[in-house]
Amino acid sequence: MAEKYLMKGNEAIAEAAIRNGCIHFFGYPITPQTEVSAYMSKVLPKIGGTFLQAESEIAAINMVLGAASCGVRAMTSSSSPGISLKSEGVSYIAGSDLPCVILNVMRGGPGLGGIQPSQADYWQATKALGHGDFQLLVFAPATVQEIVNLIGTAFDLAEKYRMPALILADGMLGQMMEPVEFPEITPKPAEKPYATTGTQGKRKPNIINSLYLQPDELERTVRERFARYDIIKQNEVRCEEYLTDDAEIILVAYGATARVVRSAVEDARACGIKAGLIRPITLWPFPEEAIRNAAARVDHMITVEMSMGQMVDDVRLYANGQCDVHFFGHTGGIVPTPAEVLDQIKKYAGGAE
Amino acid sequence: MQILNKPITIITGHYGSGKTNAAVNLALSAAQAGQPVTIIDLDIVNPYFRTADFIPTLQAHDIQVIAPVYANSNLDIPVLPASVDAAFSQTERMVIVDVGGDDAGAIALGRYAKKIEARGYDLFCVVNARRYLTKDSSQAVSMLREIEQAARLLATGIINNTNLGPQTTPEILLDSVSFAADVCAKTGLPLVCTCTTQPVSGLPDPFLVTRFVKAPWETDQEDHTS
Repeated sequence: MAEKYLMKGNEAIAEAAIRNGCIHFFGYPITPQTEVSAYMSKVLPKIGGTFLQAESEIAAINMVLGAASCGVRAMTSSSSPGISLKSEGVSYIAGSDLPCVILNVMRGGPGLGGIQPSQADYWQATKALGHGDFQLLVFAPATVQEIVNLIGTAFDLAEKYRMPALILADGMLGQMMEPVEFPEITPKPAEKPYATTGTQGKRKPNIINSLYLQPDELERTVRERFARYDIIKQNEVRCEEYLTDDAEIILVAYGATARVVRSAVEDARACGIKAGLIRPITLWPFPEEAIRNAAARVDHMITVEMSMGQMVDDVRLYANGQCDVHFFGHTGGIVPTPAEVLDQIKKYAGGAE
Repeated sequence: MQILNKPITIITGHYGSGKTNAAVNLALSAAQAGQPVTIIDLDIVNPYFRTADFIPTLQAHDIQVIAPVYANSNLDIPVLPASVDAAFSQTERMVIVDVGGDDAGAIALGRYAKKIEARGYDLFCVVNARRYLTKDSSQAVSMLREIEQAARLLATGIINNTNLGPQTTPEILLDSVSFAADVCAKTGLPLVCTCTTQPVSGLPDPFLVTRFVKAPWETDQEDHTS
């Protein structure tokens, strides 16, 4: 068993990425994510990696595109407003079928918003982080340890399916200190025959590109990409269910909010209300089946988010009218409390004592 | 054990070493002993988890709290109020300073260095053997040197605040004793105290603390396991 250390979420992300073979980092500081850059800047030069503070977020994501074109594991990180700036580059990376990992430590929005924790970028992450028909793999860790465990998965799957992966964390996770351990990792980056690593006169030059001159060629390429998305939906969904087996009311929450809800579920059980929690770990692909099955068994589901209600759209979509789906949340940097969530549970569970 | 001996006591260290928790506990213990206390949140680096989070608790014990103007707001602007300067000049109240993490946070302290030196101070460096980048005593010492340089003040003692948050065990604390001793030997500084949330036999200079810094989902029940 590896030794446990106390780490800030942002530091743990950086260390886990390095351990998974990502020694090329391009970023631009923004609260509450800056410690990722600070950590990379301290460690990467010592181990022969690249830490580059770009002149802007737009530059940083395009440097990731360049590094990924060369076949190396590359990463960038930012917080909400900075992620918006990166969106054009993310679309280009997806359109070039390149793997990379992007971290969003969400803060309040829209606009410059605020620096306190938020989950208001769910729609952006799962529906449209950039223009065009494409998806990202979206992972939503709830603990610092889970961040550490998911980073390697994010790199592996990004390479397997040749697409960008997004780690969607919130300011609370980025800033909080928790005990973590680092499992022994031997990174196994995928073969990348498409990488622009020099032909040595032995093959035709590789070209990394997202421009297609003929519409039918572009349609074919996008359709091939969507066929890959279907495989991902079949094979890569991750979610955790907590006390859902006998639950009469089921809550849905991800990230740090899921921990608040978990405490509320335990409090509800102590009051005799059979509550349960579904925690999506991948937001895309979304745990459609878990929601569908749960909705068939209960009368009420409650989605709790640090936003005005975004994931609740997907929960309603897959509940498909089988039960009532309610929403509770705070936005702007306010974290819901277990007591508030318990009140919601009591309200819909019929006021059991 | 007398920890607070000077008009000004500065708590500094790697971020996440537990500076804020140590500073809040020291302020409360002095206030409970009848000492008029001012605590200054000089952290212009960390956006969350800071002394200013505990203003109600501190004020309930007649502790004066001075914090950056925009602490806990949505603004990321490092502005310190004029009352910080005033606190270092007055003579009625003991002053405890919670400094931001690393050398970056200690820069804010440098601006007051002359005044602090003139009044008389202790600068305690908080170390935590379970922080990843300072897990070796030599790493902890280089961090201390960087802080001294940025603060323009020399450290006068080491606080061993080794912890894994709620997962801290007596074994983890006992394991850290030799780490703290190494840091003291390499710097020639005395060990001020070893922070612990429960009595553990064999700890040098134990200082019993309450864990105030918590996550929003932690309930009081979990508190007792710390």
